[in-house]
This record gives sequence, structure tokens and C-alpha cells, in this order.
Amino acid sequence: MVVKVYGPIKAACPQRVLACLLEKEVEFQIVDVDLEAGDHKKPDFLLRQPFGQVPAIEDGDFKLFESRAIIRYYAAKYEKQGTNLLGNSLEERAMVDQWLEVEAHNFNDLVYTLVFQLLVLPRMGKQGDTALVLSCQQKLEKVLDIYEQRLSTTAYLAGDSFTLADLSHLPALRYLVDDVGMWHMVSQRKHVNAWWETISNRVAWKKLMKLANY
Amino acid sequence: MAAIKVHGSPLSTATQRVLACLYEKGTDFQFVPINMATGEHKSENYLSLNPFGQVPAFEDGDLKLFESRAITHYIAHEYSDKGTQLLIPGSNKDMAVLQLWKEVEAHQFDSPSSKIAWEVFYKPFVGMVTDSAVVEENEGKLAKVLDVYEARLTQSKYLASDCFTLADLHHLPNIQCLLATPAKKLIDSRPHVCAWVKEITARPAWSKVLAMQKQ
Repeated sequence: MVVKVYGPIKAACPQRVLACLLEKEVEFQIVDVDLEAGDHKKPDFLLRQPFGQVPAIEDGDFKLFESRAIIRYYAAKYEKQGTNLLGNSLEERAMVDQWLEVEAHNFNDLVYTLVFQLLVLPRMGKQGDTALVLSCQQKLEKVLDIYEQRLSTTAYLAGDSFTLADLSHLPALRYLVDDVGMWHMVSQRKHVNAWWETISNRVAWKKLMKLANY
Repeated sequence: MAAIKVHGSPLSTATQRVLACLYEKGTDFQFVPINMATGEHKSENYLSLNPFGQVPAFEDGDLKLFESRAITHYIAHEYSDKGTQLLIPGSNKDMAVLQLWKEVEAHQFDSPSSKIAWEVFYKPFVGMVTDSAVVEENEGKLAKVLDVYEARLTQSKYLASDCFTLADLHHLPNIQCLLATPAKKLIDSRPHVCAWVKEITARPAWSKVLAMQKQ
């Protein structure tokens, strides 16, 4: 049974799920959701995702939303298949969880705000808030300093192997580096840069980039 | 000396999240108070426990962790056979639904409820002025989120299943703050949410967390 992923391939949260499915070698079918047409707020879609956000998945009878819940599900369901994204012991899994939480609570909102102010608002013909952009940049610099420190001691965030914690960062990092012109935040930090280079060159991520026509 | 240590403040919602979990499990632990008023959470010592300078930080023997939701997840797994069962073991699908509602708490509920708590509950404490525009905006957002919860709780006794789990527990700290603000009306006006809130805030483990604030 093919997993249906509802959401545009170019949006960050669906990409989080797609990257995971590719790493786990799980077949999927993307069902596009037209955000500009407001499809995600229509009654049909709200039945899948009551908060009106992408992605949602459908796997036979099983339905789920929240990208980070979805990736955890597939990482566990297909534990023995594809890349091991969870670590082996309970302690290793706790480290993966810790850095997944860091991504969700210390990293994601800052990049999301930058993308919204610098890309989304102008596309809608509106002005971004430059003070807010500056404030986010300053906070993000401090967060990336902590990542730099961490990655000087381990090859990946949770330890010596690529896990969900690293994967979860890929979509937002791509936006940061390619779309909002802040590649210097990554390239100026030796270990963050090396980590980005490594994880963005993974076969699964490159497959996704090709599928998405980047 | 207990192997488990929690470094934090009894007034911090994230610290309370971890304390609630430990009390539900009935495991021994040592609480190490961090004086945030004097900036202790930004001291070099503390930064070695949580490099983001946030509370709580957690130790279990050699394991050091931060991020409250990662900590509760670890506790719930490691001490799965002790105290209250906070997971839904045995099925990947059931665990996924649990994870889903934990994510909803983190990404939909936490932001508006935290903002209301900060404006109405915490700011007056420290002599700052409440911004009523922020409160109004976030009450609007929270109302929409609680509509989704109301629909969910008509089908399920608790968020992830018919039993109390981590998904419900994670909400306790912010709910407790909301109950002390005018935003309480958003809970009272939704019967299933109201019943759920009454149930989960009446749990003995949560009363123990509240008792720590009075010390």
C-alpha cells in the first residue's frame, strides 16, 4: 500500500515527511494541496487536518498529521528497513528526541519567520517587518553558535550517525541557504557548514530535490 | 542520593511538565532549584547542562538531557512499568496518535496559551504592563484551537485515547496558568474541554507539583 502524502512538494513540512519516507525506502504518492487557492482551509481538507495545515498522510486506513509525529511513526514502523533514523539504545533515542525538540522549539520558528517576512509577504504584495527580520537573525546567530559548539564534538546532532534530528532540519536549512540569502550563517560556521554539506548531499535528500524541481 | 536530578524552577511551565511526569511515575528524584531572577540559568555552570540557557535540565545517572518534552518521553519509556502508564505501548499506530497530540500541544496550543500566560499571569508579577492587544489576539487563536479539542474530546475521553497519557500531561502547566486568567472562559464554554481540564488538574501528581510552588 502506497502512503499518500497531502501537501505541496515545495513546502517545508511535507518535505520533512518525504525526506523520511525516502530514507526509509517507503513508497509514497504526493497529493498536491494548492495553498494559494486556500485548499488547506476547505472543509474536505479540514477533515484530514483540523488545523488547516500541511502535511497529512493516509496509509490504508491509518491517517495522521503533524510532520514530526509522522516521521517518528515511519522511523519506528520501518525500523529494520532503510536508514536507521532513531538510534539504538533508549539513551540514543533520548538524544534524538532532545535535538528534535531543539529543532521544533529553538530553530524552526526563527527560520519560519524569516521566510514569511522575506518571501511570503512580498509575494502577496505586502511589506516585511525589517525590525522583526533583524531580531530573528540575531537570535538565529546565537542558536547556530550552540549548534557549532555541539557539532564540534559529534558528527551529527544526536551522536555519530544521521538521525531524525538532522533530517528534521533539512527543509528549513535549505530555505535559509537558498531562498532568503542567509547562506553565510551556515558557511561561516565550520562545523555547521560541514554538517549541512554532508546531510544535504544524502542520496534521499537529493532525490527529493530532483522530484521538487529545484 | 537519587540518580535522577531536575534542575529548574517550580514556577517554570517547562520544569512543571517534567515534575508532573516524575510524580506520575512515583520515582525518586532530587530537585535542584535554579534562581532565574539572578540569571543562574545563564551561568557557565548551568550552560553545561542546557546550552540554550533554559530550564529545565535533567540527569539520570550518566544521562544528561534538556528540552522538557524529550525528558518526559525518556522518563515515560525508561520507567514504563512504574506508576501511571503514560504511553500506549504495543502498537506503532497508537503511539503515533499519542505523538500527534503531543505535537498539537507543542505547535498549536503552546504558543497562544504561553503568550496569554506571560501577559496576564507573569508580567504583573515582575511589575510589567499587560498588552491587551496581544491577549485579545491570542485568545482568538486559542479559541480556534480549543474548538478542535472540543471536537476531539467528544470522541475520546482523553486526547490520544481513553486513558490519560503524556499528551494530556504536557498541557497541565499552561492550563493551570490559563485558569487564573480571563481566558478561563474559553475552557468553561466548551463542555468536553472543561470536563477534561477538571479531570487532569485534579490528579494527585499535579497537586504535588502545585504544592512545590508554595515552598
